[in-house]
Amino acid sequence: MTSSKQNTLPLSRSDTWLIRVLAVASTAAACILVLIVLFMLQEAWPVLQRIGLLRLLSDPAWHPAEGLYGLAPMVAASLAIAAGAVLLAGPFGVASALFVRFYAAAPLASAFRLALLLLAGLPSVVLGLWGLTVLVPLIGRIEPPGASLIAGVLVLALMILPTIALTTEAALDAMPESYLRGAAALGLSRESTILGVILPAVKGSIMAGVLLSAARALGETVVLLMVTGNVVRLPVSLFDPVRALTANIALEMAYAMGDHRAALFVSGLMVALLVLLFVLVSRRLGGGWSFNV
Amino acid sequence: MFEAVREQAMLRVFRDRGVLIAIWSAAAMVAGVFIWLLADIAMHGAPRFDLSFLIDAPGNSGRSGGIGPILVSTALILTVAIAATVPVGLGAAIFLSEFTRSGGLPGRAVGLSLDVLAGVPSIVFGLFGNAFFCIWLGLGFSILSGGLTLACMVLPVFIRVAEAGLRMTPGDWRNGAAALGLSRLAVLRQILLPAAAPSLVLALMLGIGRSASETAALIFTSGYVDRMPASLLDSGRAISVHIYDLSMNVAGGDPGAYASALALIVFLFIINGAAKWITDSLTARRIVTL
Repeated sequence: MTSSKQNTLPLSRSDTWLIRVLAVASTAAACILVLIVLFMLQEAWPVLQRIGLLRLLSDPAWHPAEGLYGLAPMVAASLAIAAGAVLLAGPFGVASALFVRFYAAAPLASAFRLALLLLAGLPSVVLGLWGLTVLVPLIGRIEPPGASLIAGVLVLALMILPTIALTTEAALDAMPESYLRGAAALGLSRESTILGVILPAVKGSIMAGVLLSAARALGETVVLLMVTGNVVRLPVSLFDPVRALTANIALEMAYAMGDHRAALFVSGLMVALLVLLFVLVSRRLGGGWSFNV
Repeated sequence: MFEAVREQAMLRVFRDRGVLIAIWSAAAMVAGVFIWLLADIAMHGAPRFDLSFLIDAPGNSGRSGGIGPILVSTALILTVAIAATVPVGLGAAIFLSEFTRSGGLPGRAVGLSLDVLAGVPSIVFGLFGNAFFCIWLGLGFSILSGGLTLACMVLPVFIRVAEAGLRMTPGDWRNGAAALGLSRLAVLRQILLPAAAPSLVLALMLGIGRSASETAALIFTSGYVDRMPASLLDSGRAISVHIYDLSMNVAGGDPGAYASALALIVFLFIINGAAKWITDSLTARRIVTL
């Protein structure tokens, strides 16, 4: 690719100004991240300094009014929900992509693909509303109260499924045609080709998509706020109400003061670091960033 | 020997049948849940969804009345977000695609910070917006704070999509323009930006869609107040926050929440449709295809 920087003409005056303005815009864009890190650290500092990360994870309970800042149950709940959602959405997402690419006839495939795209574009608050009014009562009939870990897992799985399906589909498209020809020449059935050739070939990209969606699940707030019951406790059963780390922030920010507020910013930092870790590993595996979906 | 081979072939047939059934039933379940979801929202939202619902002020904490002021607040928040995103985002996209060497330090630094920013969860944007815009800059819970927080959130997506569009324009055009002695500004204005217009529209629409869907980043920046906002410094309730609040905090608020959800989805469909229509017509009008 050739671009304007290969242009060796002398800069006109308007060009000099243009470049200055553009550099300012880029610097401003890059500074947002710096500002976020600075402000998060500044707000979290009182607790990080006086209470320390260790106590945040080892305190027996979350009673900010009494100086107890145990985040462990909420970290566990967040991780459990994200893991459950990924375990559920992974197979369904991959199967959806295989369905679009190898099973459905053209009109059905494009309709199904459109449905996946629409599902990907649904606001999370709408999914949360549906989970709250439809799924939670259904689960409550099996085992009260209904708002529970499993409700969070189900709605989040629905939310991240399109991501997994669409990244898998992109990986299938990028796979060399010769693999399929080779499999056909060997007389492999469609299913043997899928199990023996296609899935091993796109394994890495699928993993990248799965990790990316795990990151999205970990960072999701509103859905969890609406369907998981928001009780701070270590999840034991799937039907236990739990409170995710992100939901805790949204619930208590409205009235938190002092150390309590700082502790919420620490949990925000923790969520951000966990999410970025997943995104980083996902990128290493060859996936794109979240906006590529 | 022969028996063993036949047995293996049989097993393989069974396995193939199993995979076939598994994939079809997984797809059927996904499609089924999707239809269930849409039908549920359409059915529960439709009874209250009419013109007066879109215009009237909410009454009785949203149980009755409509979402008029909420739509106005949402539109204002989106306008602020877009007004802040477009100049900064367009500038950064042009800088990244036209004025940095690929692999050079400035380009890499800005690119990396944008990629990290794209991964930051929305609740963290909410915390940051609260600490920075509401408190440090003293904007309080306001439409301005909410819109600027959203701008920070959608900026990386906007820049990357716009940048990709600019990069797709052929280098020959730049060489030709340089051979004619055009200034870089003229090349951008006359050639590159018009050629990349479909991507720029896509970037804009992605930004609007994402801003309109966001809840967590807005709860603590633009606030809950459901009155008609008088200025950008007033708190205003975005439609997604309205849905959340009605379903969680207002007993008997579900019908209103569903009707608002329907309104939000209809808006998002219109935005997506408009994006597709504009990009298609822009692409069709072009003389040279890329």
